[in-house]
Amino acid sequence: MSALKNHRLFWPVLVLVALLTANAIYRPSFLAVQMRDGHLYGSVIDIVRLSAPLILVALGMTLVIATGGIDLSVGSICAISGAVACFYISQQPDQNSLASVLTALVLGLGLALVLGAWNGVLVAIIGIQPIIATLILMVAGRGLAQLITEGQIITINSSPYKTIGVGHLLTLPFAIFVALAVTVLLAALTRRTALGMIIESVGGNAEASRLAGIRSRRIIFLAYVISAVCAAIAGFMLTANVSSADGNSAGLWIELDAILAVVIGGTSLAGGRFFFSGTILGALIIQTLTTTVYAMDISPQTSLLFKAVVVIAVCLIQAPAFRDKFTRRKPTAVSQKEQVPA
Amino acid sequence: MTTNIFTGRTWPRLLQQRHLPLLATLALLLVMYGVGVSQYRAFSNVQVIFNVFIDNGFLLVVAVGMTFVILTGGIDLSVGSVVAMTAMVSASLLQDGKPAPLVLLIALLIGPALGFVMGCVIHYFEIQPFIVTLAGMFFARGMCTWISETSIPITDPFWTAAAQERIGDPRGNFVSVSVLIAFAVVAIAAYTLAYTPLGRNVYAIGGNPQSALLMGLPVARTRIAVYTISGLCSAVGGILLSFYTLSGAPLIAVGMELDVIAAVVIGGTVLTGGSGYVFGTVLGVLVLGVIQTLITFDGTLSSWWTKIVIGGLLFVFILLQRLIGIRKK
Repeated sequence: MSALKNHRLFWPVLVLVALLTANAIYRPSFLAVQMRDGHLYGSVIDIVRLSAPLILVALGMTLVIATGGIDLSVGSICAISGAVACFYISQQPDQNSLASVLTALVLGLGLALVLGAWNGVLVAIIGIQPIIATLILMVAGRGLAQLITEGQIITINSSPYKTIGVGHLLTLPFAIFVALAVTVLLAALTRRTALGMIIESVGGNAEASRLAGIRSRRIIFLAYVISAVCAAIAGFMLTANVSSADGNSAGLWIELDAILAVVIGGTSLAGGRFFFSGTILGALIIQTLTTTVYAMDISPQTSLLFKAVVVIAVCLIQAPAFRDKFTRRKPTAVSQKEQVPA
Repeated sequence: MTTNIFTGRTWPRLLQQRHLPLLATLALLLVMYGVGVSQYRAFSNVQVIFNVFIDNGFLLVVAVGMTFVILTGGIDLSVGSVVAMTAMVSASLLQDGKPAPLVLLIALLIGPALGFVMGCVIHYFEIQPFIVTLAGMFFARGMCTWISETSIPITDPFWTAAAQERIGDPRGNFVSVSVLIAFAVVAIAAYTLAYTPLGRNVYAIGGNPQSALLMGLPVARTRIAVYTISGLCSAVGGILLSFYTLSGAPLIAVGMELDVIAAVVIGGTVLTGGSGYVFGTVLGVLVLGVIQTLITFDGTLSSWWTKIVIGGLLFVFILLQRLIGIRKK
């Protein structure tokens, strides 16, 4: 039992199960999945579909955080790549042509590569603190996205592009497969090669890793590029969901949700070890929380209150200082607390 | 000769290396103002400068609080939401007919209380300031919509008087009450940082927390104090904002924390902590204000250029900080 309790995924799984149970009790039809028009429908499937963009962004964020950094610009990158893709498609005579949609995706991904490289150069080569280096693009990126859309909301009517967000494949939403593919690719890349271990060693101590023969800077640079590409794919999904690109609101606050997902999943913000499985659970928890709040007729903004509580609870549970105070020496915990202000 | 020309004794005190970012900001401000005056005749009007202060008084107050936090090497993402929460609480209490002094007191207590709690969590449980204040941001923003989902107008006589009072010279140039409050906050903060033990502790912790602890400085108290100060400044900023808009809206000041951090960084405060001045933050806020004014005066530039220009300036100033940091080594 204690081995189970000490497993790093114990708390995230517990929270997710608790949330799902609460939903199922509140609304018994919650867990039901029905077949309609050859597609599967249900709240649970909706949660997974809606969390796909967050999962993508959070996966990239996991790698960046594993190197001891943070990427605040992912929301802006979502907006920029979505805007570029939608802008290109809107300029085409035939918006339904698969070739032009693919070109649009390549354009968006290409731009994301450039933006990721920009972040990577600032952090890895120039040596600026990650929070600040990516803050630049977070602020300016929204402006760039609006520059591309010229302050308008670009609406497109392209069924291949729409598929990325709301299409279906093998009865399941297409977005789930995209998220799954990226997860498998990243997991294989990091866990089936030495890359994952190298990233962890750079996150643990970049200088020591460099002395051990690892090109730390190159690894850090790579993490920001991967994060930007993941954000771009999420940006395609978000814009495809609504068939329009809004430079102002696409991917707004997704960087915060992504960081939360990573932290809930047990990856330490200090860098070092990282867990994709935990991150995905974290993203699912956040989306379930949002859906729960919607289902219970509470204002969406108020869901932030719940998010705040969950974040603090999860962080406290994971903080060694907090555990020490409350688990190891319970009888003296009170007297210790009284001493603290002195 | 080549590496430390700015620290040589023959150079005047003002040209020390640590003042370099501040001087760069000052130069930038003067250049921008010069461009404005040369391009637009109305720009040389004194009221233009006063308007920058009137429009950005609340930003200035919040940025002063953020300066304390960043000087210790921390960060406070909750400021924008706390500003909105303070305005919302005041508006809703006034709507219920509570007397203005009581409302002011309550509104000014909530921000520091939240800051105090966040400071305690950051210090005692050793969780990154980023995550704790992020939770604080969610909490405060959630409270706003919990209070009301729509904007609440303020009709209280004290508030309207504070909003409409014009303090000025006979030629018609004026500032609002908010500007005077903002200046008072700046003066108190500058004094605290320069001449009190608390101020010295803030710089010491930002310089090196471990050394500060070993020297026997009250690290816990100081660290909690800076988040409480930031909360208090956000609360004052929220009151000023409610003077300015005469309402409380749940989605006001979204993303304000970015402007605030940008202002502090452009003002020359180093984000790793330990170096910076309140005066620099004033200049940083002025730079943001003058950019907005220039874009408004131009009329053909769209509002998103503000963001791109601020991002560009952030880049230049961070690069400058970094280069100075490298030279020091």
